[in-house]
Amino acid sequence: MESVLGRYRNLTILVGVLFLQVLGLAVQVKRTADAENTRLIRIWAVDLITPFERGVIWVENGSNKLWHSYFLLRGVRAENRQLKEQIEQMRLEQVRLSEDAAQAHRLQSLLAFKEQFIAKTVPAQVIGSSGSDLSRSIYIDKGSDDGIAQDMAVITAGGIVGKVLRVYPSTSLVLMINDQSSGVGALLEKSRLQGVLRGTPTGELILERVMSDETVGAGETVLSSGGDQIFPKGLPVGTVSKVSPGREMFLNIRVKPAADLSRLEEVLVVTEKREQEPVAESGKKVRAADILAQRLPSVPEKPAAVAGAVPGSVKSSATGQGSGAGAKQPPNAAGKPVTGTGAKLAGGAPANAAGLNRVGSGAASSSPSDTHTGVSSNTSLNSIDSGGKPATAPPKPPSPQSSPQPAAAEDNPH
Amino acid sequence: VPITYTSGEQIEVYRFSIPVTVGVPLLALFLQAFLPRRLPFFSIFDLPLLVTIFFAMARRNPITGLFTGAAIGLMQDMLGPYPIGIYGIAKTVVGYLASSLGVKLDVENAGTRLLVTLGFYLIHAAVYFTVARGMVNLTLNWSWSRGILAGLANAVVGVALYFVLDKFKQRT
Repeated sequence: MESVLGRYRNLTILVGVLFLQVLGLAVQVKRTADAENTRLIRIWAVDLITPFERGVIWVENGSNKLWHSYFLLRGVRAENRQLKEQIEQMRLEQVRLSEDAAQAHRLQSLLAFKEQFIAKTVPAQVIGSSGSDLSRSIYIDKGSDDGIAQDMAVITAGGIVGKVLRVYPSTSLVLMINDQSSGVGALLEKSRLQGVLRGTPTGELILERVMSDETVGAGETVLSSGGDQIFPKGLPVGTVSKVSPGREMFLNIRVKPAADLSRLEEVLVVTEKREQEPVAESGKKVRAADILAQRLPSVPEKPAAVAGAVPGSVKSSATGQGSGAGAKQPPNAAGKPVTGTGAKLAGGAPANAAGLNRVGSGAASSSPSDTHTGVSSNTSLNSIDSGGKPATAPPKPPSPQSSPQPAAAEDNPH
Repeated sequence: VPITYTSGEQIEVYRFSIPVTVGVPLLALFLQAFLPRRLPFFSIFDLPLLVTIFFAMARRNPITGLFTGAAIGLMQDMLGPYPIGIYGIAKTVVGYLASSLGVKLDVENAGTRLLVTLGFYLIHAAVYFTVARGMVNLTLNWSWSRGILAGLANAVVGVALYFVLDKFKQRT
């Protein structure tokens, strides 16, 4: 026996070493739920490699800072001017969005929706990768000392990046969304179809579990659905790049990630999420009927001013709509009499809130014709885009069938 | 490319200083982890594998070769997201075979090195895929065109790298 082992000494040692590794691998695979069984040796390896990476990043940042601080100041004035203009545009956009958000909050509070907020993030720098083209993971320079924990979401301004897989004292391993072992709950922005976003061995993203009878177009935005309990709902994930029939009854939807996953430098780790019911701004409880009533145009509080301008229009618009409208409109849910568009609604046009309430500033002028169409200029109810553009959807031009405009114009004494 | 058989007496057996033995694999692991973030195409290369092949062939000792491969492979596993041992097993096999081959062949020639590195890259990939699919249940798709292309790229880089690392060889 000894002679056999001596003769095949090298082979015996090879088999022994391989056996030990296979055994270790089997133990790890069996204990998939307990990912901490190899924590200590992983820490050693990471501590051995990451200081070099940190050093290189530090030198690189230092030289970049020097370059940007002293050599790249040319053109800063022009850039500053551009940025200021951009800020102005964004402010206008913000006004519009905050109005929409307030409206959404009111509705959500009515339905007792709970929404997740990104309460706190920690910026981190990407310092390295796993070193293999068969796995998609990165190392960041923040760890448990900075409040990072396992399964935290990692994002950039562009979109989601991945989740924290392992945490070490000063570094963390982030599993990117395009790794084959990754899975993200996602939904399509327009169609609201939900699916699971998975990575492939080649680093592509596939949206799975969307039935083949659904219509999905290339270019559609994919958002996080929040179903995975890691990424808050509504974060950009990517855009659909290709749709083809997949296996079984599902579509094969390829997604181009919103964040440039191959060139990540800085990321944000979502360290704190808050879940709360949105509160309506007024603080008092609002009924759905009240909100609906607010969305419907109504007679202004001081009818004298408006009535003086277009006294006949209200009457004519209410009465001149034929059989569908009836001679008298019932008061709406807020107890206010329906005028103008009330007749329009009764005439068959859908009650498109966006079309009725959101108008550009040009359209919001107090011309008699505007009053006729029933578009209220009350800014507390309507989103006003000072650029004269529609806020989210363009105001629908009154259709010939339903619009009271011609009749009103005829009756208008002015 | 002529491959010359050499007798056990004729071949040179080399050793390396401790800083080189420790530092070169660590540097390879560092570059492998760091460079793909800056240069995405770099992920096609497997520097730790090239270093394993070089040390194994230069030392011409199967036991040293397999332990060198195991150590480098396990380190590479520790930096990745998957269970430890997949690269370990693959590089152990490569380390053993490379050093066994080093005993029998003249591996100083650039052409030989190119072919040998290409061959070992494919063996490494085969073992890795087998273990990853068979034990860890990873869904990996093998592409011959990509595998051979990556193998050739690694072989070319390997020949250049071996030329640099030859400077650190010390005769026993």
